Amino acid sequence: MRIKPIRTLAATITATLLLTGCSGPWNDPNPPADPEVQTYFGSFTTRPKHLDPVRSYSAEEGLFLDQIYEPPLQYHFLKRPYELEPATATSLPEVTLLNDQLEPAAEGEEVAFSRVTIHLKPGTQYQPHPAFAQNSEGKPLYLFDSASESTQYTLLSDFPQTASRTLTADDFIYQIKRMGDPINKSPLIGLMSDYIVGMRDFSKMVKEARDGDKWLDLREFEMEGLEKVDNLTFNIRIKGTYPQFKYWLAMRFFAPIPWEADRFYHNPGFKDKNLTLDWNPIGTGPFMMTTNSPNREIILEKNPNYRKDVYPSEGSAGDEERGYLADAGKQLPFIDKAIFRHEKAATSMWSKFTQGYYDRSGDGDSNINTATFDQAFTVGPDGLELTPELESRNIIVDEEIRPSIFYTGFNMRDPVVGGYTEDKRKLRQAISIVYNDQEYIDIFRNGIGQLAHGPIPPGLYGYKGGKEGMNTYIFDWDETTKSPKRKSVEYAAKLLAEAGYPNGRNAKTGEPLILYMDTTASDASPRSDWIKKQLAKINIQLEFRVTDYPRFKEKMRAGNTQMFGWGWLADYPDPENFLFLLDSRQGLVKCQCDGSNSTNYDNPEFDNLYDQVKTLPNGPERLAAIEQMVEIVQRDSPWIWGFNRKDYYLANNWVKNTKRHGISQGTLKYVRLDQEARAHQQVAWNSPNVLPLFGATGLLLAIVLPGISFYRRRQKLTIKAEE
Amino acid sequence: MEFETFKTAVLWTDYLIWFMVAIIVFFMLSLRKSPQNSEKWKAVFSTKLGMSTFIIILAYVGVALLDSIHFRKALPPVEGQTSTQVYYSNDVNSVLDLMLGEMGDNNERTYSAPFSLKSWNKENIKQSDGTTVRDYPELKHAGAHLEEGDGQAADILMQSLLALAKGLALALALIAVHRLWLKRRGTLNDLPWSTAWITFAIIIAFMTWLISLGNLYHVLGTDQAGNDTLYESLKGIRTGVLIGSLATIITLPFAIVFGISAGYFKGWVDDAVQYIYTTLSSIPSILLIAALVLLFQVWVDNNPGYFEVGLEKADGKFLALCFILGITSWASLCRLLRAETLKLSQLDYVQAAHAFGVSHLQILWKHILPNLSHIIMITFVLDFSGMVLAEAVLAYIGIGVDPAMASWGNMINLASTELSREPSIWWNLSGAFFLMFTLVLAVNLFSDLVNDAFNPKTRLETA
Amino acid sequence: MFAYIVRRLLYAVPILIGVNLLTFILFFIVNTPEDMARAHLGDKYVTEEAVQNWIADKGYDGPMFFNNEAPGVEKLTDTVFYDKSVKLFAFDFGQSDDGRDISSDIVDRMGPSLALAIPSFLIGVWVNICVALMVLMFRGSRLDKTTVAVFVGLMSISYLFYIIVGQYFIAKVSKLVPVSGFNDGLDGWRFLILPVVISVLAGIGSGARLYRTLFIEVSGQDFSRTARAKGVSETGVLFHHILPNAMLPILTGIVVVIPMLFMGSLVMESFFSIPGLGSYMLDSIRAQDFSIVRAMVFLGSVLYITGLILTDISYTWADPRVRLS
Repeated sequence: MRIKPIRTLAATITATLLLTGCSGPWNDPNPPADPEVQTYFGSFTTRPKHLDPVRSYSAEEGLFLDQIYEPPLQYHFLKRPYELEPATATSLPEVTLLNDQLEPAAEGEEVAFSRVTIHLKPGTQYQPHPAFAQNSEGKPLYLFDSASESTQYTLLSDFPQTASRTLTADDFIYQIKRMGDPINKSPLIGLMSDYIVGMRDFSKMVKEARDGDKWLDLREFEMEGLEKVDNLTFNIRIKGTYPQFKYWLAMRFFAPIPWEADRFYHNPGFKDKNLTLDWNPIGTGPFMMTTNSPNREIILEKNPNYRKDVYPSEGSAGDEERGYLADAGKQLPFIDKAIFRHEKAATSMWSKFTQGYYDRSGDGDSNINTATFDQAFTVGPDGLELTPELESRNIIVDEEIRPSIFYTGFNMRDPVVGGYTEDKRKLRQAISIVYNDQEYIDIFRNGIGQLAHGPIPPGLYGYKGGKEGMNTYIFDWDETTKSPKRKSVEYAAKLLAEAGYPNGRNAKTGEPLILYMDTTASDASPRSDWIKKQLAKINIQLEFRVTDYPRFKEKMRAGNTQMFGWGWLADYPDPENFLFLLDSRQGLVKCQCDGSNSTNYDNPEFDNLYDQVKTLPNGPERLAAIEQMVEIVQRDSPWIWGFNRKDYYLANNWVKNTKRHGISQGTLKYVRLDQEARAHQQVAWNSPNVLPLFGATGLLLAIVLPGISFYRRRQKLTIKAEE
Repeated sequence: MEFETFKTAVLWTDYLIWFMVAIIVFFMLSLRKSPQNSEKWKAVFSTKLGMSTFIIILAYVGVALLDSIHFRKALPPVEGQTSTQVYYSNDVNSVLDLMLGEMGDNNERTYSAPFSLKSWNKENIKQSDGTTVRDYPELKHAGAHLEEGDGQAADILMQSLLALAKGLALALALIAVHRLWLKRRGTLNDLPWSTAWITFAIIIAFMTWLISLGNLYHVLGTDQAGNDTLYESLKGIRTGVLIGSLATIITLPFAIVFGISAGYFKGWVDDAVQYIYTTLSSIPSILLIAALVLLFQVWVDNNPGYFEVGLEKADGKFLALCFILGITSWASLCRLLRAETLKLSQLDYVQAAHAFGVSHLQILWKHILPNLSHIIMITFVLDFSGMVLAEAVLAYIGIGVDPAMASWGNMINLASTELSREPSIWWNLSGAFFLMFTLVLAVNLFSDLVNDAFNPKTRLETA
Repeated sequence: MFAYIVRRLLYAVPILIGVNLLTFILFFIVNTPEDMARAHLGDKYVTEEAVQNWIADKGYDGPMFFNNEAPGVEKLTDTVFYDKSVKLFAFDFGQSDDGRDISSDIVDRMGPSLALAIPSFLIGVWVNICVALMVLMFRGSRLDKTTVAVFVGLMSISYLFYIIVGQYFIAKVSKLVPVSGFNDGLDGWRFLILPVVISVLAGIGSGARLYRTLFIEVSGQDFSRTARAKGVSETGVLFHHILPNAMLPILTGIVVVIPMLFMGSLVMESFFSIPGLGSYMLDSIRAQDFSIVRAMVFLGSVLYITGLILTDISYTWADPRVRLS
């Protein structure tokens, strides 16, 4: 009989489930962990593409790289507004202004160059790495002439010998040279060539000297603007003044790379085994990468050679109460190991967080989206409150305000929506009024996010809130609620009529006004639907032109768009990083480059002010210029101002020091865990419900049993017939 | 001055679906000539199952056809307009939209549950005294006819009974006419008509109920952007029916021409055709579909002039998708036809015709093609449901129907995240699932019967 | 037989060239090297020079199919197409556009794919045969009709629906298994059991129905009738006569699928985040990583052709009357 095996199978499955069930929750997705090792469980959604600090630019890569690489400066973990502090350097860099003779510029003399001097802390060590390993004669141990000599090594962990070395100024210089080497495809090469003296010539020189895949020792090539003073001091000379340069020094592009590592990874045949700097980082930071399997998991472990680095003892207001200062003065990092697992679907990531298998709701991003929001928050009269379910678990909520803006741009070169005449302005303003981004935030972002009134997001110098910062072209001040109130649809319709489109129809020809919005294919329909409805309020018809991302960018470069959604995340917390998005010299069409001015906004008055803001130190003069710029672009309305992003990160209550930093991601070293509480809670939260199992078995029996009895009856019937 | 009030907007797929229906009707009529074939059809329809599934399929096709007559409303001229040019709205409507009444326009702000009067999410509501409370806002359209103090449940019950009564009355009237007609022709007892009538009455009553209640409430709730789910699901019928039929139909000519010529002419033609279909079918179909869909996307981007309104573009893409699906499933039909032709061309009468000097074309047309028609028909009905189901998977991969077009695949795809919300949003999934399931089930059952009746192999066995 | 296999293998070469040519043409029309470069270089501060560097670095900078400037045969061989295709035939897939070695990625992902595909396949076929045999015993009864109707019902449900609902009820609500993910080694079964069960369930409708038809076909043949007439019990007929004789059509149906198991399941893998080849393919389609797609298309075609050859061989094995020549 064939029916038996099905039943035995079901029985076996039930039995195995019940047996293994004794050892812990059935649904634990994490591999069994050693309770002695402090292990953090995290997740990542987008797999990192590049782990070379000179090349990587995306946040999902920063999640790992910022724990491994240490640039000269870093951001203070707790202080807000964001504040720079030295990391591997002893202090913030000294900037000397120079004249064209390279001498310190006198008062009032024109500044040709700035010299940035960086002093390093002594004794910083690299993580253990085979690149430093030497044999008894002091020669590098792993240096091969051909690929056949190294066939036994396929992973970095296959090399038995490792060693370390002290960090020197040369390593920083080497990295800046790598930035200038075109083969490394650094996204900053264009920008930095405009600033760092001699980088452009260096690029040419190195490009000519390169011989295939062989290692090119960049130490043999000089870059004019780089100067090593001693082992712990070096200078970078930049053109003109560039006060924002210090912020770049806190980014991983300026983290040190030892030349030994570059040589090591250029061993013949290593590239074919993914043994490259792009996949196997080597840094001085608190953690080192020990497993890099981006399809499954990435594991960071504590760097045993990590320098003396202690938890900060000062913070901003409220940090004390939240317990962020409890660990002040203790040596970092607190955890021994961090396992980040690849998680594609936001919903399953969320499920595992609520089951206690991830320590935070998300690591690279907060993972509080429309699908998960209702499970996390209820919006009460006093704003966001945790749902009772999460409240009872003492979930920790951390707010992260990223200096960012998401907006809808008008192509200023477009004959219909572009242009600087009064009626075109009115058209754009009318659209901006009916395009109710607050509703967008409410529906699609669950009210998380702040309506933008201008290009500068909150938290940055020059931002203004309340009545002062209100965009008077779109809003009126409502005295009763003390908040801006969007102008009425009727007013927008009136503006539209004045712009030459009464009731959405061309006043001369009667032709309906049809606008086009470019989106990428991934846009789901509810959003597009919503956008259409906004414009339909004043009878403007909207059509979508959907394309894939590369083609969308191509259209943007060619100025072939009309309206489009766009966003910008700050590189550093300075208004200059947002105002330059409207600088005409950054215009995509104008500069025929990948500039950052997506709308091709071109206003000489604005450009002039921008030049001032760029070089001025913070102060009344700079503030006045910024105010003026904001007023100009509010009037011209090249963007529908959209919103500034705000995120809420949730953490289970056994995780400590979870404060989020809006710019830097190198905060893992501050995190502390209570593993016992975690193990306890995981068991409590995950008692399996075996009812479906019994249900299924019952159903199976209900199907099979009548079959058997029928069969028996039929067999008997046959016998009777034969009699 | 006179103005036209609407302009027909015929989409490519509209042409094709009407053309297809015309062909099928013609095909059916021509079959009546051959007594052998009409006998087989009788076998299909003489079963109750065949009759009722056929009526259900007809209902789906009917809705799809109604949704395939498109037009654009004229915009009223603006004051002071100098030219007499008439402009038309960019919204393309169909006859189905007219029949569904307000359903398509009754948009809410966001999610709401079936038959609910309030939104699914709490919002800040400003009260008349200026204070703000956080509560579930009233829906704009659902239950707008209710007076203060009216019971909702009682109203739903009353309206339902009214609608069902109306629907049944309509159905009975139509059935009576049909019965009279049959009686006059004397064919009343040939087929299980009562089954057909019962199915018909149920469908009509159900549809009337849906339409009349759908205009008063959101019978299946609303989706994230506040669109009525029932409306979206009903609009998905056209997409489902089209993708099921067009994908096979479009590539049919290729399959027939290639298959027959390979089997008939043999030699290098055969080699070439075999090479083509082996090559095509050896590429994993998903990858081929993805590549072709992306390719067409690029073409559309480079030629925006071909499409006046968004729906036309979506339609163009949809047509391309059908074509692409056809290409990937084309090889198996081609192989079948080739094998059958190979067999047929060896038969005596074909050989004889050959010897008499009848031209190739005539032999193919007169002797080969008619004997292949059952294979084509069986493949058509068997592939139908597969294509409808495949659409959902394609939507998941991101190469499915354009989001501007309502489709069950897109709805089911969105539902995976909606379901894991707490509390879960199940109505989007259930609307699409129910309609899709019914169609596929009906077609599957019907195609089994057709297969049993026409496939000589199975006929032998069941005998 | 050996000669036959050699011939079939030779025949496979032009097909693979055709496949390669087709994918090449398709993907280069869709995606020019410049598109790829821009997609991979990211958003901020990208210069024209960086784009050109990328193109040259990946070897997309030569003429595509025909090199007018080269002498003689090199007109055809000194091209991007020739360069990339020849390597494929040696199974040297090169690097993906983001710099990973494709071959090692494929090897790495094959394990999880097979760990899901083989149990799903074997259990699926086994369950389908069992169910079909069971139904066969009640042939002609009302039970038979009901079961067939249930099969058709099961067939008519979208695959996605099975997955969505299964994941929701078993993993999320009941907490019986992890929601998604994968672990190496023996621990992996906890992650695989749900997808395997779902794919078996989703396949029962069509599979069991197909096998039932096959069995009915065989049971109608003379030898079955003779066996029954001899007084062999119904179960005896089933296992000794019907099943062995139905093996041939069953085999031809499944052998062609076996090599394709290596390709993994696109939807299942990405729903349950199993890091196999199916999700690799899906990711590369979404990321438009041409190098990976080309490699996977090639691999898929090779496996498909292998499946065809295996089918032919299995004919001779299951039915000694069939000879390959």
